[in-house]
Amino acid sequence: MGVEGIGARVARKEDKRFLTGKGRYTDDMVVPGMKYGYFVRSPHAHAKIRNVDISAAKAMPGVVDVLNGKQLREDGIGNLICGWMIHSKDGSAMKMGAWRPLAVETVRYVGDAVAIVIADSLDEARDAAESVVVDYEELPAVIEAVDALKPGAPQIHPEAVNNLIFDWEIGDAAAADQAIAQAAHVIEVDIVNNRLSPNAMEPRATLGIYDAGDDHYTCYTTSQNPHLARLVMSAFYNVAPENKLRVIAPDVGGGFGSKIYIYPEEIVCLWASKKTGVPVKWTADRTEAFLTDAHGRDHVSKVTMAFDADNRITALKVDTIANLGAYMSLFSSCVPTYLYATLLSGQYDIPAIHANVRTVYTNTAPVDAYRGAGRPEATYLLERTMDMAARELGVSPAELRRKNFIRSFPHQTPVILTYDAGDYEASLNAAMQAADWDGFAQRKEEASLRGMKRGIGMSCYIEACGLAPSQAVGSLGAGVGLWESAEVRVNAVGTVEVLTGSHSHGQGHETTFAQLVAGRLGVPIDSISIVHGDTDKVQMGMGTYGSRSGAVGMSAVAKALDKVEAKAKKIAAHLMEADESDIVIENGELKVAGTDKTLPWFQVALAAYTAHNLPSGMEPGLKETAFYDPSNFTFPAGCYICEVEVDPETGTTKIVQFVAADDFGNIINPMIVEGQVHGGLAQGIGQALLEGVHYDESGQLLTASYMDYAMPRADDLPSFDLSHQNTPCPSNPLGVKGCGEAGAIGSPPALMNAITDAIGNNMLTMPATPQKVWMAAQPTH
Amino acid sequence: MVKVKLTVNGRAVSGDCEERTLLVQFIREKLGLTGTHVGCDTTQCGTCVVHMDGKSVKSCSILAVQASGSSVTTIEGLAADGGLHPVQAAFKEHHGLQCGFCTPGMVMTAVDMIDRHGGQLDEQTVRQELEGNICRCTGYHNIVKAVLSANAEMHGGAKQAAE
Repeated sequence: MGVEGIGARVARKEDKRFLTGKGRYTDDMVVPGMKYGYFVRSPHAHAKIRNVDISAAKAMPGVVDVLNGKQLREDGIGNLICGWMIHSKDGSAMKMGAWRPLAVETVRYVGDAVAIVIADSLDEARDAAESVVVDYEELPAVIEAVDALKPGAPQIHPEAVNNLIFDWEIGDAAAADQAIAQAAHVIEVDIVNNRLSPNAMEPRATLGIYDAGDDHYTCYTTSQNPHLARLVMSAFYNVAPENKLRVIAPDVGGGFGSKIYIYPEEIVCLWASKKTGVPVKWTADRTEAFLTDAHGRDHVSKVTMAFDADNRITALKVDTIANLGAYMSLFSSCVPTYLYATLLSGQYDIPAIHANVRTVYTNTAPVDAYRGAGRPEATYLLERTMDMAARELGVSPAELRRKNFIRSFPHQTPVILTYDAGDYEASLNAAMQAADWDGFAQRKEEASLRGMKRGIGMSCYIEACGLAPSQAVGSLGAGVGLWESAEVRVNAVGTVEVLTGSHSHGQGHETTFAQLVAGRLGVPIDSISIVHGDTDKVQMGMGTYGSRSGAVGMSAVAKALDKVEAKAKKIAAHLMEADESDIVIENGELKVAGTDKTLPWFQVALAAYTAHNLPSGMEPGLKETAFYDPSNFTFPAGCYICEVEVDPETGTTKIVQFVAADDFGNIINPMIVEGQVHGGLAQGIGQALLEGVHYDESGQLLTASYMDYAMPRADDLPSFDLSHQNTPCPSNPLGVKGCGEAGAIGSPPALMNAITDAIGNNMLTMPATPQKVWMAAQPTH
Repeated sequence: MVKVKLTVNGRAVSGDCEERTLLVQFIREKLGLTGTHVGCDTTQCGTCVVHMDGKSVKSCSILAVQASGSSVTTIEGLAADGGLHPVQAAFKEHHGLQCGFCTPGMVMTAVDMIDRHGGQLDEQTVRQELEGNICRCTGYHNIVKAVLSANAEMHGGAKQAAE
């Protein structure tokens, strides 16, 4: 496809502005008259609000106004919503407790917003916030989901008896029970998936601007899907009518899921701007981010896996309790259900699966999608269980997996999904070869001579991404359709603007989307601009998450390009007096096949706009729109192998090798794909070794800064060994699958299996801190 | 209020600010140089790294008034004439950035690291000396590659020693 087309390792177009300090993030925005917002937040995990006294704060220097939840309610601003409806197995709807943008009667976690102070400077707003006197009546709190379900536990929302939000199931319980009863071997395991903080380096920020002259609202915000923010804020929160609300997500400094949802601050700043007549900007500090960004994971599960005498899996049964925090965030309900349990078949041909998920309110920050969203939880559960099973059955982990792989496609799992293409053995073989699996015993021996415990572990993951199709997600409870939109505008001089509803927050869309166009038209990549993240420019979109930008977003661009090319060919055929079917587009020219007749691309574009000589009846212009809704999810898969050395004296784990062999379908830009995998691996390794959100029993967040929450730093990680064994995806025109989440999904079990192999103790939980590893490695365990 | 006078990217600047104003606030809000970022409150993340009198500092842990009289270089002033400094060029070539938020701080740290080591850099040293800068996107793999590559580029004679 040429040096700049699909498959080329093109350096990123967007890099120069980031490298020279010209990136423009929300907190960089300054508009005339702008003031600073600072939120007064609950210091208690659970309390009744008796009174909010703002009189002293209003008199503080620089203060414009102080607004509270009662005023917001009086102005008719709605509750935050959860957009994915899940029903319990008894048919009842999930129990949604009220989430006010500013709490009025009750606060339910530390960090719950109560009021906003608006002042000339951030320092003045922060000073004044300390003078807001909130009279709280403390209530007992509950933190762990398992405790929240116990009789007599504090009741967090009146709607949810015993704090149970829903009790959901999928699969065939009777078939799974029967297979387990008849099994030759049964493995039972408890699995905990630790709670994480997404920690995008750019803290969330929002700037609300109300223009009284035009009765128009603008919201700059750190969002992964500005169009959904506009839709939800207008349709559900009554902040502004959709036609009078512009949402702009400019450069966004990482999301990892945490910027998919709409948070209270966006609503409050927009409303406060109208209320006070000044633009209001709020930027989270890191502690606010730890307190209020939606957390990820937090599952406890009981797993039963059955095998026949030939070590084939006959059934899998899973009982999961998922902590959703104090309120249901926008997508929270689908994460532990359809994004999780539908992946429990993994790469394996499992005839019977049953999963039961109970979701629970606790007095903690809301939990929602975080890189991988449900798929990491499923993969961790399955791949840890497979390793423990291999150990108990006395077979190698590779052979147990190999024996159970799905080998023919399409494959219908017992939990809804139909895998469309894959070759799991190819990835396994490639990873084992790259990791020199066969040479491990010798390396272990050598390490033991140095007093080190060496271990090796693998994980074979699969994910369902390219989030769509609309009909499927609708049938599963989604409140929106998950297609994508694109518009290709060819300018009169032949340069091209592509408008997409996908959103780039580090994934390099300005380059990869341009590569698609450059490859198709043969025009230079610098003549193509990608426009995204602004609801006034792009009519509609569904944003970026679930590795959907390539499979869904770029497919929409490809469809719009089809239409542009068809019209350009008609014009060229007319101008060159040839048959339309003989026109080919190559290297920036439209040619009559088999002749020397040719027209440069820009000349055809110009002809479309001069309109002096167009085919009879043709509209002038060269601009086309497409919406794309695929037929299926995409199914990236792969095999990761990790080798570690554990120092038995200190419990410290060192990763000595990490191999990733992935199947992402067709690759748009190998350099960007590798970068996505590296980042995912770092987050997965962070989960396994370092990261964990911890509350104390009263609900105080103990990990509320980078001094307390261990983030992976350069010295914690190795360099990675990557390869690809690609089977093109048949479900979209580009054959792409998606790569953004794979690393975070596949790496935690590989690493934990490696540590388990090193120390010989199955019961280790993430994060595998030196203290835990040291304890687990002691002979008494 | 105090008056702060300093040289930023070669230009003399001055301004009044509260005593408690941090250097990063002064740079971002008074001077409008928004390439220097704030990613935490505890001097842990390194998105705010600038050079003060030739040494890398975290501008969130220095008061503007402390910096008075000094010469500060921010990411905007690193390269002349709108081009790229060799470290910036290496980050681009090796895909050492994704969302770009930690990038200015990473680059400023890397420039100082390369200057201090005079070409004698290896992977382990780079990883250790990047401890004060957090990146959530790249897994550091390509940042380390970029720093080593820029080091070789800037200290051509020492390239063999570095490898």
